[in-house]
Amino acid sequence: MLVWVVLISVVVMLVAAVAVLFLKDFLAVTAAASVVSLALSVLFVALQAPDVALAEAAVGAGVSSVIFALTLRRVGLWKLETKKDK
Amino acid sequence: MNFREISGLIFIVGLGLLLFALLKILFVEQLVTGGIGANILATAPEEVGTANIVTSVLLAYRGLDTLGELTILFVAATAAGLVLGQRSSDAKHDPDAGFILHSAADVLFPFLILLGAYIILHGHLTPGGGFQGGAILAAAFFIPILASPASPLNHRVSSAIEGFAGAAFILIGLFGLFGKGDFLAPLFGTGEVGNLFSAGSLPLLYLAVGLKVGAELAGLLAHLHETEAND
Amino acid sequence: MTEETTLVDFISYVGAISLILLGIFAMVTFRHLIRIIFGLMLLEAGVNLFLITIGYRGGAVAPILVNGELPTAAMVDPIPQALVLTAIVIGVGVQALALALVIKTYKAYGTLDTQILAQKIAEETGTKLIDGIPTPISDTGTGLEESLSTKP
Repeated sequence: MLVWVVLISVVVMLVAAVAVLFLKDFLAVTAAASVVSLALSVLFVALQAPDVALAEAAVGAGVSSVIFALTLRRVGLWKLETKKDK
Repeated sequence: MNFREISGLIFIVGLGLLLFALLKILFVEQLVTGGIGANILATAPEEVGTANIVTSVLLAYRGLDTLGELTILFVAATAAGLVLGQRSSDAKHDPDAGFILHSAADVLFPFLILLGAYIILHGHLTPGGGFQGGAILAAAFFIPILASPASPLNHRVSSAIEGFAGAAFILIGLFGLFGKGDFLAPLFGTGEVGNLFSAGSLPLLYLAVGLKVGAELAGLLAHLHETEAND
Repeated sequence: MTEETTLVDFISYVGAISLILLGIFAMVTFRHLIRIIFGLMLLEAGVNLFLITIGYRGGAVAPILVNGELPTAAMVDPIPQALVLTAIVIGVGVQALALALVIKTYKAYGTLDTQILAQKIAEETGTKLIDGIPTPISDTGTGLEESLSTKP
């Protein structure tokens, strides 16, 4: 049972990590990085580290993705669609 | 595929072989901490009185490291604020968020504050603590800014909270130094393991850590958000 | 050590090392600054997983007392967990600082490609680009700069 949980979360994590490196759209890359953090926090729970899992889920998947998204907005890689443009 | 990518690939393959060769050594028990971990596990409940032993390592046995970690976070947040600089007063804001985010921000705010406070105050009993709860507090204060970008975070208040929390951490440490002879030594006795009021001064230390991390991350996010986009 | 524990250890070591390698690959190969910071993030995640896996013991439980009593089973090592907990928060601070620098770089030069950046910096400061690095050329140099720069 534990082996399957660990195996599935490692596979999800590695697929998302490859997606981080090779996707073209940077917003999708940010989402994939968030998936890496979430799979990692599942893995931490399976490895009996609930403190670290909470930190990874709150900080790695939450705050870190917001920081990346804000940066993409500031460097012009993510344009907001306003009513005027439509 | 240019020269740079090929050489990078060769380097990675070599490093990978080296690290996988290390795997054989890694299956030796207690490689890193050499038995310190076992000693801490055996003595921490009586010495420090926390139910969550990670907390006792973080705040009692390695409290000085946590202080250093807070210093690093403070320096990083300050430097990021310094690099990003002040926004010019006539710069245009992002457009307001839609109805869903607006209502969700109003509804979520009290619950996120409650969750963050719970996680911080129960850090010595259950998984969680100052770092995790601080991140949730920062999210609670950042979501309203995301919903209506024209209403800024009060940086003066967040810096005041941050400075106060950092000073409180060091003050509790100094009380330990003069009262018990060690910097950050736990005060007030251990209490009964598992109660909310136990583990001496550790919940106070974790509260300081939580407020500091929360104020720092919220200030950092607000700084990034206030920088003008030029599109 | 049972069969299952060995397998769990092995799988998560493989995951950690693969993440570290992917991160280093991204940092070495890619030219886009934001991609490089994503590589740094993956590298950090891999190192954190590596440390947690080192502290893991088969059949052990999390280092938390239930009802104030030590559990009968063994507990995992708490020290790597405490280390990783602080490392995660520091990681976010470092990322935020790096991204702030990226925003400033974009505002100053209008690009995030490291090679174009190096060219622009070289033009601006009047230095020569040697192996992708802006290098000042001194009149009374040792001759090393000239021999490097005149290489075909």
